[in-house]
Amino acid sequence: MRLFMVLFQLAWRNLWRNHRRTIVMLSAISVGVWAMIFMTALTRGMVDQMIVDGIKALPGHVQMHHPNYPDDPSINNPLPISDDELEERFGDAGFLAWASRVKVPAVITSERDSRGITLLGIDPAAERDLTFVNYEQVDGRFLADENDNGIVIGRKLAASLETQIGKRVVVMSQDPDNDIADRGFRVVGLYEASTGAVEEAYAFVGKRTAQKMLRIEGGTSEVVFVGDDYRDVDSVYESVVAAVDKTVVVNRWYDVDTYLGTMMNVMDGFVLVWVVVIFLALSFGLVNTLVMAVFERVREIGLMLALGMKPASILGQIIIESMLLLALGLAIGDALAFASIVPLSGGIDISFVGEGMEMFGAASVLYPKLYMNDIVLANVVVLVLGFLASLSPAWRASRYEPVEALAKVG
Amino acid sequence: MMTAVCCVDLCKTYRQGDQDIKALDHLSIEVARGGFVCLSAPSGGGKTTLLNAIGGLDIPDSGEVYVNEQRIDNLSKGDLADLRLRQIGFVFQAYNLIPVLTAAENVEFVMQVQGVAAGERNEKARAILKEVGLEGLESRRPAQMSGGQQQRVAVARAVASRPALILADEPTANLDSKTSEGLMELFLELNERHGSTFIIASHDQRVMSYAKRLIRMLDGQIVEDIDQRAA
Repeated sequence: MRLFMVLFQLAWRNLWRNHRRTIVMLSAISVGVWAMIFMTALTRGMVDQMIVDGIKALPGHVQMHHPNYPDDPSINNPLPISDDELEERFGDAGFLAWASRVKVPAVITSERDSRGITLLGIDPAAERDLTFVNYEQVDGRFLADENDNGIVIGRKLAASLETQIGKRVVVMSQDPDNDIADRGFRVVGLYEASTGAVEEAYAFVGKRTAQKMLRIEGGTSEVVFVGDDYRDVDSVYESVVAAVDKTVVVNRWYDVDTYLGTMMNVMDGFVLVWVVVIFLALSFGLVNTLVMAVFERVREIGLMLALGMKPASILGQIIIESMLLLALGLAIGDALAFASIVPLSGGIDISFVGEGMEMFGAASVLYPKLYMNDIVLANVVVLVLGFLASLSPAWRASRYEPVEALAKVG
Repeated sequence: MMTAVCCVDLCKTYRQGDQDIKALDHLSIEVARGGFVCLSAPSGGGKTTLLNAIGGLDIPDSGEVYVNEQRIDNLSKGDLADLRLRQIGFVFQAYNLIPVLTAAENVEFVMQVQGVAAGERNEKARAILKEVGLEGLESRRPAQMSGGQQQRVAVARAVASRPALILADEPTANLDSKTSEGLMELFLELNERHGSTFIIASHDQRVMSYAKRLIRMLDGQIVEDIDQRAA
């Protein structure tokens, strides 16, 4: 411990010996660390939003279907469990929310145009905590109950169909006998979603109304369950699996929407790569600084070796010097990151690139997400790689022969 | 009489360009404990090489070196570092101090590495700095002191932990005559008061005049060994 204090004292004072160089290096490390964390927070925010929107856009955290439904998502593959049985099994299961839906492909036609959509027959009360639609922000009104005869469509779909609230549209699909099942609906509301693609894809009607139209009294297509955290859905999944038999299949959201699932994993990998790439750029400066520091102190190192300091202590001194530099840079970089991200937590309007972002499902407002794991990762990567980068100059310093080092002209 | 240093048949050859330079040529020497010896030689005569071999800073090509009756030429680097730390004090010609430490911290440095407790080493450092005439300058850094004061700090550091052997290589080379004399008086006083063995390499006549024993070297060999107390 006493030796460590000697080395620490020497390292700290040597750090400020050439304070201009140290400040330049500190600035580089701080900005690098800030960039690591800030960019990670922006990207995390964007991907998180995409995943949350994606999950809200239907998958929920866990889904239950007829075994054939994933391959043929039609009304011919209804769930073999009635709503009453579902209520009995999951009513008190403690999920954050759950709901059964009718979900079929359909065609919607206005007097001007027609579009392919996914028709959702829902119970608005049960669906409130599952859906991406904010009922209170719907133009017009949202569905009142599962017997509501109106239809709620997205703003973009309404624009495409050149229809509006109060006008009638016709929805066509197939019944279980593969006959045309159609019905006229009055548009009662227009919802807004984070992307135009979602607004064009989904139309909501009352569950009972959809069942009547499709001639599947009491039938549903899927049940969706939501837990506390989309990153940890295993407990929800296991509860659902425990309550059903082989007549249904149960999937986690990332199995249902593999694109979203992959995105989450890719994001974790991306953060690591990003942090390492920034550090590699920094490491050149760090190694250069240490090499210069060692080069300038060859005689001093020779003196310390001559006085009886062991090579391992010289190695330790240079590494401590490097770690101090990195720790200071990290502290400043972390503080800068906090200071710049917290004020932006209300969201950054990126609508000027909104259309481009929509192509891959991102919203036009970006909410940076600062995760402790990402901060820890950035800090650990910088310290570990910094330690490795400083080994070479530190090793060189410790290998000096005292006589040769003392004879250096400097 | 106990022996502080014993060298037996030391040889050391350096390569300089195409030439082999014999820095030590079958040299043998014995220094008693408490001795005050000056190694004198013209430049390239081998005195620094001999000092380095005695201090474990350099390994001879052949021969044996004993310090306090322990053979050191076959020790590992770590053991040599330990020997230097605990048994030998060094004073070099120049660049003797660690620039980022104050005078007191420089004196304490060796004791700190030895693991001496803070209170004890601080007390010792202040006492020895007072002894070498640097009272009041404890907090100054090397850059804030004259060359003579820096050499005194180096001497204080060399003797602070009471090593049995103190090796000084051209300690007066960068000092004016008055400061040189003061330093030699100090060496002599420390030698007599603490009983430490001093081996000083120098070709300065004033230094030689202070030595109790003068060893003249030429081309890596001892050519004259004079007991000056008798003279």
